[in-house]
Amino acid sequence: MSEDMKGFSDIDSNDLQRIEMTGLQTGSLEGRSGSFLQVDEHIYHASSDVKGVEILPIAEALTKYSWLEDYYWKAVSRDKDEITRYIAAQEPKGYLLIARKGSQTTFPLQTCLFLASDNIQHVHNIIIAEEGSELHLIAGCASSQKTKAGAHYGVTEVYIGKDAKVTQTMIHTWGEFIEVYPRSVAIVEERGIFLSNYVCMVPARRVQMYPTAELRGDGAIARFSSIMLATPGSYLDTGSRAILSAKGTTAELITRAITTGGTIISRGHILGSVSDTKGHIECRALILKDGTIHAIPEIEGRVVDCELSHEAAVGKIARDEIEYLMARGLSEDEATATIIRGFLDVRISGLPESLQRQIDAAIDAAEKGF
Amino acid sequence: MLEIEDLHVEVEGREVLHDIDLAIREGETHVLMGPNGSGKTTLLRAIMGFGSSQITEGSIVYKGHDITNMPIHERARLGIGLLFQRPPTISGLKLGKLLDVTSGGDLNRVEEYARRMNMDTFLKRDINKGFSGGEIKRSEVLQLMVQQPDFVMLDEPESGVDLENMALLGDTVAELVEKDQHIIKRKKSGLIITHTGYILDYIDADVGHVMCDGSFRCHGNPREILKMIQTKGYKECIECQRI
Repeated sequence: MSEDMKGFSDIDSNDLQRIEMTGLQTGSLEGRSGSFLQVDEHIYHASSDVKGVEILPIAEALTKYSWLEDYYWKAVSRDKDEITRYIAAQEPKGYLLIARKGSQTTFPLQTCLFLASDNIQHVHNIIIAEEGSELHLIAGCASSQKTKAGAHYGVTEVYIGKDAKVTQTMIHTWGEFIEVYPRSVAIVEERGIFLSNYVCMVPARRVQMYPTAELRGDGAIARFSSIMLATPGSYLDTGSRAILSAKGTTAELITRAITTGGTIISRGHILGSVSDTKGHIECRALILKDGTIHAIPEIEGRVVDCELSHEAAVGKIARDEIEYLMARGLSEDEATATIIRGFLDVRISGLPESLQRQIDAAIDAAEKGF
Repeated sequence: MLEIEDLHVEVEGREVLHDIDLAIREGETHVLMGPNGSGKTTLLRAIMGFGSSQITEGSIVYKGHDITNMPIHERARLGIGLLFQRPPTISGLKLGKLLDVTSGGDLNRVEEYARRMNMDTFLKRDINKGFSGGEIKRSEVLQLMVQQPDFVMLDEPESGVDLENMALLGDTVAELVEKDQHIIKRKKSGLIITHTGYILDYIDADVGHVMCDGSFRCHGNPREILKMIQTKGYKECIECQRI
């Protein structure tokens, strides 16, 4: 870590609390393999203490590694839209994270992108998991309570090599005035695994994202799960896409969405372009108070022997479920909260316990508001 | 313990129960029989307080409290428990998690009871999801064991239960209504709906009632009533206007 970087200790206590809500440790970094912190445009911290795993600011990485050009803007096109064009025009910020061939991390790495001012924060992250490596990432995104405007533009390019596995849990703790536009693509090689979880239980004015996994190698797997709550004034336009372009590839996109007055557009797209591929989209949503849930699942098959399915349901909590729990002694409010907690309980197989715990904690924190 | 007077109950705007009077004393277990659709489940649901069973007239008094308009959970907290015939599935809610809540966090007790009901491997499963008929009944009995109600209502506890598990279920239900205790020590009461009468092999019920078309037709010795129904069917009860 460079000496001119600040650390978590330079952030005020209210903001630290919001960073912790995204699943990050801000005091002792024990139990973490490495850590990255960017506040607005400034990189405060970047370190890894695991052999074979390196995390460094992207600008530094671009000077240090000439081969990085082969990855930089290769999964996401710099001309994709106004967000990518904006990021491409700036000084590069964000990080490069590399897990070298065969390296394993026992503890997850944590990265935090924190918005403290009213400006646009931009990042461009590259994650490379080389052949046979395993990387677990807690990616927290948060803004200061003091921030009354502002936006986060992000590009993330993930490269998962043969037999490598990347699991990522992203928890958003933005504010009600913040707009967020992440753009991310993961490219997965033979038998590689990409598990991505997204949790957003606090307000955000606008989130728009549609991360994509391109399964290019035979037997590659992608699973996306999203858990979202839209409070009044929040507009969450989110989705995930999987492109099955090699034999034996499988993808699963799972969403649980709740509105208490805000809007959720839940998109999903699986494209099966070669045979012997499988994909499933599942979206379940509850409308607790008048708001909008718009589920748009798309499955597109182009060859014989690609098996694609989707199910989507928008509804309310069943009265008989509430009464069942009340007959066991729970009050109506307790019964409702218990059912919602169960509804949001999506367990992704293969997700490390530490990452699951962060998801559970984020839901627990939001539960009081149902 | 429970006194029901002149109770009229509507389901979806149609009167299903008419003029029901019923008194169950402390330590007594009653059995409710009758053809399908006669209103037995509606009565249990009205006592528990479910919204779909609308009480239009009459009163239910439990342990001296008028519970006619009391919310479901308050009745449960006063000691009324119900074994559901067809409970709902609640996705994502683990049986163990619910028992953790209803036991007040007494996990040792939950695990001990779960082992007794051969349900220990079900604690991590979503409630009723993919459970067989017999597993649902064992899960229901397990929930009641943890809840320890003073007044236990059982809606067809034996339906879907195989012979092997019938003894386990019967013995446990007998304990719930303290039939294993000496008669003068019994404080708990029960009201059991049964079609087959198998449960009577495990519980010496005190009083039997036959319900037809939403009202009682007769009261009496449960075994005698069962025998009569087994030999003659409900045809005679439907025609019977004795009460």
